[in-house]
Amino acid sequence: MTGTFRLALLASTVLGGAAAAQDVTLTIESWRNDDLQIWQDTIIPAFEAANPGIKVDFAPSAPAEYNAVLNSKLDAGSAGDLITCRPFEASLELFSKGRIADLSDLAAMANFPDVAKSAWQTDDGAATFCVPMASVIHGFMYNKTAFDELGLTPPKTVDEFYAVLDRIKEDETYIPMAMGAADQWEAATMGYQNIGPTYWKGEEGRKALIDGSQKLTDEPWVEPFRQLAKWRDYLGDGFEAQTYPDSQNLFTLGRAAIYPTGSWEIGVFGPQIAGAFEMGAFPPPVAAEGDTCYISDHTDIAMGMNAGTEHPEEARKFLEWVGSAEFATLYANALPGFFSLNATAVEMQDPLAQEFVSWRETCEPTIRSTYQILSRGTPNLENETWNASANVITGAETPEEAAARLQQGLASWYEPQK
Amino acid sequence: MAQRKPFRWHIAVFLAPAVLVYTAIMIVPLIGTLNLSLFNLTEAGERVFVGLRNFATLFGDPRWSESFWNALANNGWFFLVHMLVQNPVGVMLAALLSSPRLRMAAFYRTAIFIPTILSFVIVGFVWKLILSPIWGIAPGMLDAVGLKALFAPWLGREEYALTTLALISVWQFVGIPMMLIYAALLSIPDEVIEAAEMDGVTGWSQFRKIKLPLILPSIGIISILTFVGNFNAFDLIYVSQGALAGPNFSTDILGTFLYRTFFGFQLQLGDPHMGATIATAMFGIILVGVCVYLFAIQTRLRRYQF
Amino acid sequence: MSTARHSTTRSLAAHGVLILYTVIALFPVFVIVVNSFKSRRAIFADPLALPTSETFDMVGYQTVLKQGDFLLYFQNSMIVTVASLFFVLLFGAMAAFALSEYRFRGNLLMGLYLALGIMIPIRLGTVAILQIMVASGLVNTLTALILVYTAQGLPLAVFILSEFMRGVSDDLKNAGRIDGLSEYTIFLRLVLPLVRPAMATVAVFTMIPIWNDLWFPLILAPSEATKTITLGSQVFIGQFVTNWNAVLAALGLAIVPVLVLYLIFSRQLIRGITAGAVK
Repeated sequence: MTGTFRLALLASTVLGGAAAAQDVTLTIESWRNDDLQIWQDTIIPAFEAANPGIKVDFAPSAPAEYNAVLNSKLDAGSAGDLITCRPFEASLELFSKGRIADLSDLAAMANFPDVAKSAWQTDDGAATFCVPMASVIHGFMYNKTAFDELGLTPPKTVDEFYAVLDRIKEDETYIPMAMGAADQWEAATMGYQNIGPTYWKGEEGRKALIDGSQKLTDEPWVEPFRQLAKWRDYLGDGFEAQTYPDSQNLFTLGRAAIYPTGSWEIGVFGPQIAGAFEMGAFPPPVAAEGDTCYISDHTDIAMGMNAGTEHPEEARKFLEWVGSAEFATLYANALPGFFSLNATAVEMQDPLAQEFVSWRETCEPTIRSTYQILSRGTPNLENETWNASANVITGAETPEEAAARLQQGLASWYEPQK
Repeated sequence: MAQRKPFRWHIAVFLAPAVLVYTAIMIVPLIGTLNLSLFNLTEAGERVFVGLRNFATLFGDPRWSESFWNALANNGWFFLVHMLVQNPVGVMLAALLSSPRLRMAAFYRTAIFIPTILSFVIVGFVWKLILSPIWGIAPGMLDAVGLKALFAPWLGREEYALTTLALISVWQFVGIPMMLIYAALLSIPDEVIEAAEMDGVTGWSQFRKIKLPLILPSIGIISILTFVGNFNAFDLIYVSQGALAGPNFSTDILGTFLYRTFFGFQLQLGDPHMGATIATAMFGIILVGVCVYLFAIQTRLRRYQF
Repeated sequence: MSTARHSTTRSLAAHGVLILYTVIALFPVFVIVVNSFKSRRAIFADPLALPTSETFDMVGYQTVLKQGDFLLYFQNSMIVTVASLFFVLLFGAMAAFALSEYRFRGNLLMGLYLALGIMIPIRLGTVAILQIMVASGLVNTLTALILVYTAQGLPLAVFILSEFMRGVSDDLKNAGRIDGLSEYTIFLRLVLPLVRPAMATVAVFTMIPIWNDLWFPLILAPSEATKTITLGSQVFIGQFVTNWNAVLAALGLAIVPVLVLYLIFSRQLIRGITAGAVK
C-alpha cells in the first residue's frame, strides 16, 4: 500500500518537479507552540521573501514533551533541520553527542556578546552551537489601575513591598499576589530565581556557587526561601492547588494585584486584558533604598542546526538570518518580552517591554543560578529547586531544611561543593 | 490425545500474524531498551557493560531507592483504591444494567461509559477545573449544600492528592469493568436464571449464589487488567500534576518516575540506562503479578461452558 | 401482587442509582461543553451557568478551526483507528483461538509471551521503533501508526479473547469436526460469532487508547498531512496556554468524534452481546 503511495509521490515529484526543483524545505523543531502564528505570519514570510527557493516550516510540540520528542527524533534521524535550543545542559549534551552542529564559524556569531553565547557554548568556550535568539527578564507585574485605586506606588525596597501587600490584603478587593504551588516551577522560577539574585548578588554569588566558595546553606541562598515563605500569607485561597494558568488568569482578569513573573507574559497578556486595566512592572525590591538591584536576564532560547540535515547550506543561511539585526527587530516586536540578545540595539514598540528592558541599565543582570553546570548531575539541582521552592511556600519544609537538602544533593555529585 | 499427531499447520497459521507483528514492532524494541539496564556510561561517555550495578544503585543508593519505594507505595495505594472502588462499583452497575426489562439501559450504559473514551488531557483538565479552589465549581457546589467547610485544595495537599487522582481515574475507567461484567452477565443463559427463579432464588441471593460464581473468571480478568493498568499508569498524573508529580512527590507513581528518568525533564537529561533499570524493575513487578494470576488463579477458576 | 410491587420498588431503586451515576459521569463533560460556548470572562465568573445571549461566544471554536485542517485530522484519526482495530481483532482472535483451542507444547509459554506486551509500556521502545520506521521509510505515514497500534493492541486482545474462547462449548466444535469442517471454518463460522460480545468489548478497549494517543503521532507522523485529531488539538494545551476558550473548544471538538465512533461501535457491541446471549 505504502509502496504504491510512495511511487505515486515519487512520480508526482519527478513530473511536477521542474518548477519546484530548487525548493528546499527546512523544518524547525520548537517548543514554542504559542508562537506558531507569529512564525507563520511574520517571521517565515520575511525570510522566504528574501530567500526564494527556501521554504521554512515551523513545527512546534508542547513544551513539556519537547525534550523527549526531540531526543527521540534526533536519535533515530527523523528530526527537523533546525533545532530550537534550550539553554545549557540540554543543548550541550546534544552537541557533545554530535546531534547538533558546530556553528562557531557562522558570521552572524560576531553580532552577539560573549555572555549571550555562553548558554550555548562548550565549557571552554571553544565551540558555539546555537544562535542566541532571546532572553527573558524576571520581575513583578502589577495592576496599575488597582494600585491607583488604593493609592499605592510600586515598591522599591523589601519593606515597601510587604507594606504594599499588607495594604492590598487589608482592603480585600484584590488578592495581593497571584502565585500557586501546584506546578512547582512558578515557585522556583518566578519566586526564587526572581528575587534571589538580589540576595546572592547576581553573577558574584552564582559564580561563587560554581567554584565552591559559597554553599546553598549560606545566608544569601537561604534568605530568598525565607522571603518565599513569607509570601504564603498574601496568596489566594487554595494556592496549593493553584496552577500556572490559574495564576495568569487571576491576574489578567483583574482579581490579583501583583504577579511575580517574567517578561514573556507581556505579549500574551496584552490582548487578554484588552484594556480592562493598565499593567505596570517593577523589578525585584532591594533591602534598602539605593542598593544595587539585580535582575535575572535569562538567556532562554536559541537556534541550532541538526548535524544530520540534508540541507546544511540552506540551514546555515537561515541561521545567519536569525543572527541578523533584521530578525532581532522582527522577533522582539512580534514577541514583546523576548528580548533580543543581538549586540545591535533593537527598537521596541511595547511600553511594558521597554520598562523591563530598561532595568538592564540600572540593575546588574544575571542568569538563573541553577542552569550552568550545577544541574548536570543526579539529583538535578534545578528540579530539586522546583520542589524545594514549592515546599517552602506551602510550608511543607522550612527554608533551612530546604536549603540543607539542596546542598546535600548538590554536594553528593559536584566536586567543588564536597 | 496421547498419540503423537502430525505437525498441525493450522496452529502456526493462527499464531503467525500476531506473533510476527508483535515481535517485530514491540518485543524487539522493548528488549533493546530493557537491555540498556545492564549498561552505563563511563566518564568519557562510552557505553560499557556494568552487569547488575544499575540495580544496585536503584535499590542501594538512598537517592534512588527512596524515590523508587515512594513511587511503589503510592502505586500500591493507587491500585488498592481501584480494587476497592472501581471494581465493586463496576460490578454493581453491570448488575443493575443487566436486570431484565430495565428501561433506558442503553442510555445509561452509553452515558456511564463516556468518561472512558475521553483522553487523559481532557480528564486532567476538566477535573482540575472542577476541583480548582479558584474557579470554584466544587467549592461553589459544596457551598450550595452548606458544606463549604469540607472543601480543600485536594490536588495541592500531600495527604489528599493521590487519593483524589485515584478517584478521578476510577471515574474515568469504571466503564471497563462495567462492560466486561455486563457482557459476562448477559451471556448467562436464561434457563439458568429461570431455574433459579423457579427455586425461589431471586434478587441479591440470586446474584450471589448463581451469577457471581459464573462471572468470577471475568472478575479475575478485570483484577489483573486493573493491576497491569495501574502499575503502568502515567498519563493522568503527568497531565494533572506534571512530571514532578507534586505536591512534593506525593503522587509519584512508577510510571511518572520512569518517564522522568528515562526521557528527562527540564534541565534533567534523560538517563536511558537508569530509566531502563526502573522499567525492568516495573516489568518484574508486573510479571510476578501476572504469573500469580495465570498460574495460581486462572488455572483454578472453574469455567462453565454453555 | 406483592412481588410486582416489590419489583417496582427495586426497579425504581435501580433507576435511582443509575441516574445518580450517570450524572456523575456526565457532569465534567457538561462543564466542558457549556463553557466552550462562553466568553472568557463568563467562564471564570460563573463556570456552571449556561451560555446566555450576553455570554455566548464562539471565539474558541473560531480560533481552533483557523489553526488547522481539522477535517483532515479527523480523517487521519479515523483511518488509523479503524485499520488498527481491524488487524488487532483479526490477528488477536486467530492467536487467541490457537491458544485456547489446542494443546501443544509451549502453549502456556506462548500465552505468557503474548501477554508480555501489556506489562511494559511500548513507549519505552520509542527510539528503536522510530529507527525501524526511518529505515523502512515509513516516517510520516499512517502505516507507521497502524503498525505500532496493531502491535500495541494485540496483547490485550489475545488475553481477553482467549479467556472468552475457553468458554465456547467443546461439543459444538467437536460436532463441527465430525461434520468434516476444517479448523479454519470452525474458527470463522462457529467460534467467532459466539465471541462477538468479547470482540466488541476488545474493539472498544483498543479503540480508546489509539484515538487518544498523543505520543506516537507526535514522534512518528507529525507532518501536517498525517496529523491525528488528538495531535492537532494538542497545539492548544501547552505550558503557556491561557487561552481557555480555545482549549475548551479543542477539547469539545475532540470529544465529539470519539463519541460518534463509540456510538457506532456501541451498537455493534450491544448487538454482539445480545446475539451472543441468545444461543
